[in-house]
Amino acid sequence: MAQMTMIQAITHALDLELARDERVLVFGEDVGHNGGVFRATEGLQKKYGEDRVFDTPLAESGIIGLANGLAVQGFRPVPEIQFFGFVFEAFDQIAGQISRLRYRSAGRFSAPVTIRSPFGGGVHTPELHSDSLEGLFLQTPGVKVVIPSSPYDAKGLLLSAIRDPDPVIFLEHMKLYRSFRQEVPEEEYTIPLGVANVVREGKDATIVTYGAMVATSVKAAEQWSKEKGLEAEVIDLRTISPIDIETIVKSIQKTNRAIVVQEAQRSAGAAAEIVAQINEQAIYHLEAPVLRATPPDTVYPFGMIEDDWLPTPQYIVDTLNKVTSL
Amino acid sequence: MSTSAAQFEVPYVQVLDENGNVTNPDRVPSLNDEQLRDLMKRMVFTRIWDQRAIKLARQGRLGFYAPVAGQEASMIGSEFATNKDDFLLPGYRDIPQCYFHGYPLHQLFLYSRGHQLGGKVPDDVHCMIPQIIIGAQIVQTPGVALAFKLRGEKRVAVTYTGDGGTSQGDFYEGMNFAGAMKLPAVFFVQNNQYAISVPRELQTAAQTLAQKAVAAGIPGVQVDGMDILAVYSVMREAVDRARAGEGPTMIEAITFRYGPHTMSGDDPTRYRTQETQEAWEKRDPLIRFRNYLVSKGLWSEQEEQAYIEEAKETINAALKQADETEKMTVPQLIDSMFAEPTQELLRQRAEITGEGAN
Repeated sequence: MAQMTMIQAITHALDLELARDERVLVFGEDVGHNGGVFRATEGLQKKYGEDRVFDTPLAESGIIGLANGLAVQGFRPVPEIQFFGFVFEAFDQIAGQISRLRYRSAGRFSAPVTIRSPFGGGVHTPELHSDSLEGLFLQTPGVKVVIPSSPYDAKGLLLSAIRDPDPVIFLEHMKLYRSFRQEVPEEEYTIPLGVANVVREGKDATIVTYGAMVATSVKAAEQWSKEKGLEAEVIDLRTISPIDIETIVKSIQKTNRAIVVQEAQRSAGAAAEIVAQINEQAIYHLEAPVLRATPPDTVYPFGMIEDDWLPTPQYIVDTLNKVTSL
Repeated sequence: MSTSAAQFEVPYVQVLDENGNVTNPDRVPSLNDEQLRDLMKRMVFTRIWDQRAIKLARQGRLGFYAPVAGQEASMIGSEFATNKDDFLLPGYRDIPQCYFHGYPLHQLFLYSRGHQLGGKVPDDVHCMIPQIIIGAQIVQTPGVALAFKLRGEKRVAVTYTGDGGTSQGDFYEGMNFAGAMKLPAVFFVQNNQYAISVPRELQTAAQTLAQKAVAAGIPGVQVDGMDILAVYSVMREAVDRARAGEGPTMIEAITFRYGPHTMSGDDPTRYRTQETQEAWEKRDPLIRFRNYLVSKGLWSEQEEQAYIEEAKETINAALKQADETEKMTVPQLIDSMFAEPTQELLRQRAEITGEGAN
């Protein structure tokens, strides 16, 4: 066992998969010699050579297109989009191409591609680096979307993603990269995709969340407990496509009240989908409507106001108070 | 005062003139008589196929179809220069290359009709499903080529697009990746003068499309796309170069599509004149090559008629096979989204089939 940050756990997971499966290739902008702008691929080119871990020209559509062609030929590419805000450049290759390969070819071709990408706010980046764009890929049939909230989960989920026979978008919240360390076993372990994790148990309300908002929600739950003596159950989805609705329903059967917390703006994203699925599967267990604690429907803001824009523990506590007073 | 930082040249290659006379004896490819006859047979097949497909489309018996007449030399000559284990990444008009690369004809009918099995390319056929998004296959080509390079295989990735496709960013990205990584790839552009209705001169200020290769640091060659020997010759050089590890090439074939863009309502008289059409038909690839073969004593009217009958039978048999293929279903579609369907998809599947719904 070793204490690792999330970025170290990711490097470690890539290292294990490069060693285990020679079809795995890691590439993107600055990922080779430089080890990635966040050092996620530090040392991997030296260890596995320039054929396995390499820099590409600076073009996101080209990078995912490269992954597509390699996948068609039986490789397991792990391309990096340097910041997820740049994904628009590669949108056709993801939503129009790799996600459809299995269906278009009736299974002759598939795309076991894991697209890694840093995203998320609170680290004062320039525009189009921090946006939470995961909702776009909930509307993209044929891809899975994974967002780890801890070093331990990052490793287990990344191993599952790379081994998955279908495309996975693996989003790494920048604020979590080095915010804390955790015991991470050196040996291989996987966390299945599509299975949520109850990170805090409670009986009075359910908080469904993912990514960096897991820690914020746990903070809010502690504050709520102190202030009101009420206990919130916090569910970390870990995979937001597909959503583990079973775990959510089970929790709501106990708490009868739920809120969804996400860092993305409000409309038509993960939170909206979660509310819709709860509506379909657990409405008779609810004492109040499911509320969303999210930023407003704006683009991700410039650095000066981002801390005011992102959901805070207090905002989550206020939403919990609201859902329990209805 | 300035000096030249770099200088480039875009060669133009023609072997046969419009009447089938050899204009460039040095570029006549070394093909034996059987191969020469085979080239003609394939062009005849393609012309017959196109006529039949257009009729079927008008009768509503085909789905999506993009006519190919006029482009036979570009299509057939370029594919003929590849090996069977070279990998093609075609656009939607490139059905003849797919067929001659081994893609079963009945599956190409199914592709046209929107049946999923149309895309289930047999394991021993090295061809991607024809691409709809203009240029999307061009950025995938370096990936296929890189796979060959990493495995040390002497294979080439060949992609096709049109004049409109060269305006896409993906066109440059694909060539640039292949050039930077020195990959075994060929980018074959069929400049048929119109992207639906938009003429070539509105696509770019570039004097040639071939010169776009220069910016990617790879050779760009322009070829008379109505001349099958010229097309074969430049393509053969490009695939040989790629196979030898010398990197990618871009080829611009100057050609013309006689028919509409697709059979979905395009009317070419809205954007091009009868004079233009007639001028191109004078350069017809079949007439030109037929004259050449007849002058060499390798082809006759009689033979052509016999081959037309054979082509029709092949097409009828494929059509019959396509007609007999069971219709695909929505549950099949659901099952093909992932290797293992998600719980949510299983629930949605059950809603449709009525089996075990919750």
